[in-house]
Amino acid sequence: MTSALLEKSTQNLLKKNLPDFRPGDTIRVHVRIREGEKERLQAFEGTMIARNNKGVSETITVRKMSFGHGVERIFPVHAPVIDRIEIVRTGKVRRAKLYYLRGLRGKAARLRERPEKGSQARAS
Amino acid sequence: MSPGILGKKIGMTQVFRPDGQVVPVTLLKVGPCVVVQRKTPSIDGYDAVQLGLMEYVKPMRINKPSTGHLKRAGVEGVRYKSELRLRPGDDDLKMGDRVLVGEFKPRDKVDVIGVSKGRGFTGLVKRHHFRGGPATHGSMFHRAPGSIGASSYPSRVFPGTRMAGHTGTQRVTIRNLEVVQVDEQDNMLMVKGAVPGPNGGYVLVRRAKR
Repeated sequence: MTSALLEKSTQNLLKKNLPDFRPGDTIRVHVRIREGEKERLQAFEGTMIARNNKGVSETITVRKMSFGHGVERIFPVHAPVIDRIEIVRTGKVRRAKLYYLRGLRGKAARLRERPEKGSQARAS
Repeated sequence: MSPGILGKKIGMTQVFRPDGQVVPVTLLKVGPCVVVQRKTPSIDGYDAVQLGLMEYVKPMRINKPSTGHLKRAGVEGVRYKSELRLRPGDDDLKMGDRVLVGEFKPRDKVDVIGVSKGRGFTGLVKRHHFRGGPATHGSMFHRAPGSIGASSYPSRVFPGTRMAGHTGTQRVTIRNLEVVQVDEQDNMLMVKGAVPGPNGGYVLVRRAKR
């Protein structure tokens, strides 16, 4: 009962047009950045390795290799600073948290593409 | 305008400000409340209102004197009664008046009073934030209090020395919390920050004293 009230109070803050991204997918997150008066979008592209929490507090962890260094960013999915999220490539994985990718690099860190199911065409 | 309102803690969540800032908030279900008794200087020696939170209570759970007391205000059952002092200037409440969330609006400052979570009998590290000793390297001194009074001088324990004991379930006031959102339809009040007590615990929301 209590959680229902909590959910209701934050319902209008949730983003409704989010694509169905899952751990293992390569995604591009567009973040709004303010520079003085101007606002611009910055994209961060990488593999989504975790999805945490539920409701408004939901966050995703995106990992990419940048000049030989692993970089991870945690994005609050429903925050207004996140303009949009695109799926670049799907990945077939067998667990929800892909923290094991941190120990792998190069060829070993590749993920196989998830076969698209005919009936359940995914919106991206 | 009522000096306060009674309610229940629902839980914490977060909301976003228009500029993108995340605000941690506590959701409170407050009111509707009813003025059960109006205390006046001529009869009681001071100015106050006694509020009751209107919630269903089994009639058998209320004793006969209380039933009569509530009847005079025209209500059957209230959950959590509390008295609030009236300050000169905000005197427009009569017995049987309703107090609703609508009295508060965003950006108001409120004090929230509740009973903190019970921790049971706890040690000094948790209760008084003592540092404790090293866990390893044969220290043999982990979470013990250490000396509480040396043998030759003072040869006694000073009164008020911090020791282990029962912690929590105390009345705690958190001052000057900002009201973030008011939902009159669901009687919900959103305040910025944390509020004492467990989810489902009863709280008193008072207009900030300063």
